[in-house]
Amino acid sequence: MSDPRATGGVATSLAQIPEYRGLLSWLSSIDHKQIGILYIASAVLFLLVGVAEAVLMRIQLMWPGNHFMSPGTYNQIFTMHGTTMVFLMAMPLLFGFSVYLVPLMIGARDMAFPRLNAAGYWLYLFGALMLYFSFMAGGAPAAGWFSYAPLTEGGYSFGPGIDYWALSLLVMGAGSVATAINLVVTVLTLRTPGMSLRRLPLFVWMTFVNSFLVILALPALNAALVMILADRQLNTHFFAPEHGGSALLWQNYFWVFGHPEVYILVLPAFGVISEVIPVFSRKVIYGYGFLASSTVAIAFLSFGVWVHHMFATGLSFAALYVFAASSMLIAVPTGIKIFNWIATMWGGSIRFTTAMMFATAFLIQFTAGGLSGVTFAAIPIDWQLTDSYFVVAHIHYVLLGGTLFGMFAGIYYWFPKITGRLLSERLGRLQFWLLVIGFNGTFAGMHVLGVLGMPRRAYTYPDRPPLGLLHLISSSFAILLALGLVLLVVNVIVSLRRGAVAGDDPWGGWTLEWATTSPPPPDNFERVPPVRSRRPLWDLAHAPPAVRDAGRAEGGGHD
Amino acid sequence: MQMPHTSVLDPHSPQAQSIARLFYIDLSIAAVIFLLVTGLVAFAAWRFRARPGDPEPYQESGVRWLEALWTAIPSLILLVLLVLTAKTMLEVNPPVGKRKPDVTVVAHQWWWEYRYGDPAAVAANELHMPLGENWLLLISSADVIHDFWVPDLGAKMDAIPGHPGYLWIQPRQAGTFLGTCAEYCGTDHATMGIRVVVESPADFAAWRQHQARAPVPPSDAAGIRGGRLFAARTCRNCHSIAGTDAHGRVGPDLGHLGERATLAAGVLTNTPDQLRRWLLDPQHFKPGCHMPDAGLTDAEARDLASYLEGLR
Repeated sequence: MSDPRATGGVATSLAQIPEYRGLLSWLSSIDHKQIGILYIASAVLFLLVGVAEAVLMRIQLMWPGNHFMSPGTYNQIFTMHGTTMVFLMAMPLLFGFSVYLVPLMIGARDMAFPRLNAAGYWLYLFGALMLYFSFMAGGAPAAGWFSYAPLTEGGYSFGPGIDYWALSLLVMGAGSVATAINLVVTVLTLRTPGMSLRRLPLFVWMTFVNSFLVILALPALNAALVMILADRQLNTHFFAPEHGGSALLWQNYFWVFGHPEVYILVLPAFGVISEVIPVFSRKVIYGYGFLASSTVAIAFLSFGVWVHHMFATGLSFAALYVFAASSMLIAVPTGIKIFNWIATMWGGSIRFTTAMMFATAFLIQFTAGGLSGVTFAAIPIDWQLTDSYFVVAHIHYVLLGGTLFGMFAGIYYWFPKITGRLLSERLGRLQFWLLVIGFNGTFAGMHVLGVLGMPRRAYTYPDRPPLGLLHLISSSFAILLALGLVLLVVNVIVSLRRGAVAGDDPWGGWTLEWATTSPPPPDNFERVPPVRSRRPLWDLAHAPPAVRDAGRAEGGGHD
Repeated sequence: MQMPHTSVLDPHSPQAQSIARLFYIDLSIAAVIFLLVTGLVAFAAWRFRARPGDPEPYQESGVRWLEALWTAIPSLILLVLLVLTAKTMLEVNPPVGKRKPDVTVVAHQWWWEYRYGDPAAVAANELHMPLGENWLLLISSADVIHDFWVPDLGAKMDAIPGHPGYLWIQPRQAGTFLGTCAEYCGTDHATMGIRVVVESPADFAAWRQHQARAPVPPSDAAGIRGGRLFAARTCRNCHSIAGTDAHGRVGPDLGHLGERATLAAGVLTNTPDQLRRWLLDPQHFKPGCHMPDAGLTDAEARDLASYLEGLR
């Protein structure tokens, strides 16, 4: 295909942009859009890997005493599932959307540091590949995604799995911090004239706040990873109690990182929801200032709640009271966002596209995950239910029913912008219902399993009704869930070839990314429309005709 | 094997009862909020769905007092929950003070050791407790982090090496209660069952006296052959039996083994034949466990099982 711009036309697919042709253009790219696409594509690939691991686990757990997998294999699989979904799938998916969208949404041509941006992606990819290389290098890590010491010490985990785990997380962690610094600088320095911080799209706000969380939280993990590597390779004793180290120290380090990490995984989804719901409800977001400031509150509080992962470690009551209070407090700015989003829908004219359906399901499922989360802040209940299947249900309601559903809304919403083609709504609806039914069928019953005493991370369980039945139900619905996730890939492949041409603004969006072509040209905008409010494209559409024409002339675009 | 029912909401101690009550309160609040949110979302989705010819919706950007209201109400609900939390914590696991623990729980990869004080007695995988007495358990670990959890009897407590934890349990019904290790602790985390036997104070006292005595070895021919085998092989490097020179503490104490209900922390029902099969191939029943295949012949395993099951 020739360059459509040479003949005055507009590119309607990535393949029509000459700068993006050839493998080398992707390997050597410092274009934030290509890097964003690489992030998202890699994340989806690892999503499929993580789903495959989940399916293996669900097969093993279908009935009590199943011999499908040995305990050693199961332990590697659940460790890799958790690590993959958090570090190889969710974080890069969020980074992908962030580095793709932030420059477009603030009217910039690229990130502040394009080469650092590329370095962040490649650090992630090679870190991820190194983690999976462990399978061929003597065994994958098998200590869970939070790898509690002293199980990870050389005396208990003999193989190289933990070393691979720690090294690859360290490499990816360096990339994450670099990308987060890049995002902060980009938002602070590259906004188009008129785009004050109070006019930033909420997705950018959430990403901005999120980047501070990454910058401040990841170093705690990175430091702990260096210590465990030193323990294992240099015979230091940071986490070895028999030599004067502390087993609890690891937990403190890990959760000082790990709890902000949960918000790192959730905030960008909040941002997506805050973009999708207004556009499809045809209403301005309800309580912009409130949504932005409550996100800042979450960011601060998220550094003061980590001990709620350690309520059963026998800490003093003084510490427990403080962390119970902070854990309940953080539920307020998180929970009330739900009401802002419902109020945005209220009185609107809601178009239930696939993106909006995912956003709606997010509201309900994330609420369920939030409420089970508050249950853990009530410490005595945590003393019963922590480390049980109730936790497994909780984290999946937050991170799958919440974050991933939110990101699916984002994928359906921005796919046409990224590729120039609409995803099939018919396949989208099918995927949505498969996911909603599959997800709730898989995880709702796990709350009950936890209450009945089923511990997490167990490769088998006693034949004690109704544990077997509940596990069988969960495993059966997991098939629908897995099919729904695979269907995304099918939809992407089909729509890239045969999808309807999107046009600049297929949904009637209001933020700047919809003011350029789909896909955007390598330098993003020919001219950026004037920004006089939070919704520059709304202003253009609603201005009196004379002003509108003037705005068009001033802002340009391609028409 | 008959498995007792186990549930957080089927409390058999005042501690578990307090937690269950708080859980019911929490669940009720959560149910109301969940139904409210779901109802609002469903209503909005139905009432405000786009219809052909819809006018442009009114652009409502927020009402301060309404947002303040839906910030204040959840805050108040959480404040109530926080007060209830603090109250329940004191009921369930109050600070220990100078009270001496009644039993020390030592978690191992992948079995449980219970050490009683005066008169000193040791038991493995089966914790005996007297009905109605409020006991203080010291929870510790010999290797990695484990967690002692018996849902019917109340809270769980991590077993962290170098960091002892304390747990109060006052069983108020006789019977057997099942629990499990709740903190992932390596290969056989799933098969590290806890069995708590609650019996009348008189029965408990008798059990404890019996347990404190060195077991009497069996006098039948197979049992005597098995005893010689036990002394000759490497068993005693890891296991202990009071009254013999076996003092190993890597594996469970085997004195009074014949009186326990299960083998290998709940993996097998304890019968001489099951023990024979276990001795022949422990890795088959508990893959990855620290008990090696001792290379016994079938006859040797039978003799050894006779000896161990005969220790009374």
